[in-house]
Amino acid sequence: MTLLTVRSLTKVFPGTKALDGVDFDLRAGEIHALLGENGAGKSTLIKCLTGAYARDAGTVTLDGRPIAPRSTVEAQDLGIGTVYQEVNLLPNLTVAQNLLFGREPRRFGLIDSRALRRQAREVLTQYGLDLNVDRDLGSYSVAIQQIVAIARAVALSGKVLILDEPTASLDAREVGMVFEVVRGLRDRGLGIVFVSHFLDQVFALTDRITVLRNGRRIVTEDTAALDRMRLIEHMLGRALEDEVMHSPPPARGPRAPMLRFAGMGRRGAVEPFDLAVGQGEVVGLAGLLGSGRTETAETIFGLRPAQTGSAADENGPLRLASPRAAIAAGFGFAPEDRKTDGIVADLTLRENVVLGLQARRGWMRPIPRAEQNRLAEDYIKRLDIRTSGREKPVGELSGGNQQKVVLARWLAMNPRFLILDEPTRGIDVGAHAEILHLIHDLVERGMSLLVISSELDELIAVSDRVIVLRDRRHVAELTGAEISGETIMRAIAAAPAEGAA
Amino acid sequence: MNTRALPLYVTIAIFALAWVVCWLQFPAMASTRVIGNLLTDNAYLGIVAVGMTLVILSGGIDLSVGSVIAFSGVFIAVMLRDTGLHPLAVFALLLALTTAFGAAMGGLIHGLAMPAFIVTLAGMFLARGAAYLLSIDSVPIQHEFYKTLQGAYWLMPGKGRLTLIGVLMLAVFVLGMVVAHRTRFGASVYALGGGEATARLMGVRQGRTTVLVYAFSGLMAGLSGIVFSIYTGSGYSLATVGTELTAIACVVIGGTLLTGGAGYVIGTLVGVLTMGLIQTYIVFDGSLSSWWTKIVIGILLLAFILLQKGLVRLSQARMAA
Repeated sequence: MTLLTVRSLTKVFPGTKALDGVDFDLRAGEIHALLGENGAGKSTLIKCLTGAYARDAGTVTLDGRPIAPRSTVEAQDLGIGTVYQEVNLLPNLTVAQNLLFGREPRRFGLIDSRALRRQAREVLTQYGLDLNVDRDLGSYSVAIQQIVAIARAVALSGKVLILDEPTASLDAREVGMVFEVVRGLRDRGLGIVFVSHFLDQVFALTDRITVLRNGRRIVTEDTAALDRMRLIEHMLGRALEDEVMHSPPPARGPRAPMLRFAGMGRRGAVEPFDLAVGQGEVVGLAGLLGSGRTETAETIFGLRPAQTGSAADENGPLRLASPRAAIAAGFGFAPEDRKTDGIVADLTLRENVVLGLQARRGWMRPIPRAEQNRLAEDYIKRLDIRTSGREKPVGELSGGNQQKVVLARWLAMNPRFLILDEPTRGIDVGAHAEILHLIHDLVERGMSLLVISSELDELIAVSDRVIVLRDRRHVAELTGAEISGETIMRAIAAAPAEGAA
Repeated sequence: MNTRALPLYVTIAIFALAWVVCWLQFPAMASTRVIGNLLTDNAYLGIVAVGMTLVILSGGIDLSVGSVIAFSGVFIAVMLRDTGLHPLAVFALLLALTTAFGAAMGGLIHGLAMPAFIVTLAGMFLARGAAYLLSIDSVPIQHEFYKTLQGAYWLMPGKGRLTLIGVLMLAVFVLGMVVAHRTRFGASVYALGGGEATARLMGVRQGRTTVLVYAFSGLMAGLSGIVFSIYTGSGYSLATVGTELTAIACVVIGGTLLTGGAGYVIGTLVGVLTMGLIQTYIVFDGSLSSWWTKIVIGILLLAFILLQKGLVRLSQARMAA
């Protein structure tokens, strides 16, 4: 029986079509995985269902009735409950208060705490939990908090339960606990939407899978009928038939080793890894969302300092305890989310370009204005930044040009090792090619690069070597002719030795 | 036991210990006279601290209350001097005024998404200025009804006087406890203090709760102003300067987390009494300067802030383990 039907749902944001005619069905008594890489439209779809966003076109029917919730509370009343990755309850209230918040039993207008405790205990027994409901929720583990959040969502809504990466911060045993609860709810006839980027969990738990990519539905299939390899093809969007052959950049001869990272790792971010980067070499990092690519970069750059391991260059060991130390060592990092971590939107193009250089010189020695102008003009020309002038606030430029400004800032500091996290995300096709061209230019001049990208073609086109990550581990290294879409995807898809739950 | 209750137990333990130390030195400390005076002398502070407790629990702050108390005193004194209104009518008028004043500040804080610190700071200057506007000089209150109020007490065994305003403060604390711990409004206040975004997700009506919290604080400040005018028998625009800070200190010493979301109204009562106890000790001793009160309060405050930081660390470490 179909519980929730979504037909040609469309949601447009300025500049992008986040959802483009998406269809989605949820049956009562099934767990339906919703998968896709960053920007595929998963969260937009969920937000349209839970009333956080208003859709631009399309229909949503629940139990045969068309619905259009305008707030999460309204969606809840209609029967759609949501549990997010970050726990959605208040750690400073007791378990009982959290479970029954807003629906506390009252006597003579006052909260009846005895009835409150009793009702809370009754709810939790259904989930096999025997907690002291008078204790603060915050004193329980995240898994218990997550189950309490599920219990509250089900009690409030009771038809559709959306789990948005509910297991992201849980260990394997806790994931098992949460799965037990979710399976129990499926057997009670709820329709459950499960969003996760842990493929093992998806295969272990779900009945059907829907894959979104670039705001479109790619496929909906029974989990049992879909194998890992095909699923990853759907998610990354390239069939093996139209393989782009790896055309390695003209052999540049053996590269002098430059940087060496040995056993670097950080608990909860990335398992210890070894990585060597040669002079003028491009190392690509491939893997699905959440596999530890960005975490690897952040560890190297000292943003999340490594807890184990060491780094060294040809002159001896390097200390990379903070971004400042990493910059002093000649590193640069253009982060994934340039809007929040890269540009300073209210400052002008010129100010953004000189920012890094000025910080290195120290504020006591300002860069002369003429020099600033020269630098800005120079990079506008070299990187072909489309702007009406160097004094335009960077926030008003297009995504591709903002990215170029971030690059210009690093290039002005002349680093020897530059990390680019998703350098082409959200950039139009023309600018895309220019950025790739720029990467080749930089390598020609002897700079070493670490490039992270979800687009395999891009990685294949620029990398001398590709490291594949899965579940926060570096699992494979591909060199030269080994690099192809197929080998990368096989490395991602290879079933891990120990399965989670 | 919940870790957030720990500061409350520490407060009670410190208060009990301090009392015993005082009592060993001055046995008269345990007499009902001292106890009666402790309640009477701190009645206005206790009442305003109840309002402050709710504000702080919600994650806010109200700096205007000291000025509102002074304004209330002057307002009552001037109204009784210049109009023929009965004090009870003046009280009703005043409470409506201060409650509306608090609600307006709450409305601004929510509506303009401005920090409570700045809005209530403006409120503080406004109320103080309004008090000056009414009268620069101290205005005595000479109404027959006031004499009745001031003379109303119950003689406890041991000749201690349980005054009307002392009883009123205790009643206000009971009211505060019921509101904070036994109503949905109270639960919303704790929820807001725990995290605004999450509270909204859980269905808290943020605007309504914010306005009500500051309105409640305004009401308490007005009530405190009435009590203060009964206590001093006059209205003076320069009175109770800095009382808002003393009230905040009482709340924090009482175990409420300054960032909101955790604490108990009863803790504030213990905080007020602790402060009163120190003052009483200084009076008994006779040789100590009254500035010692401030020094001890400062040390206590610092100790409590450190204690709370330690507890937060502790619970985080437990979560990580």
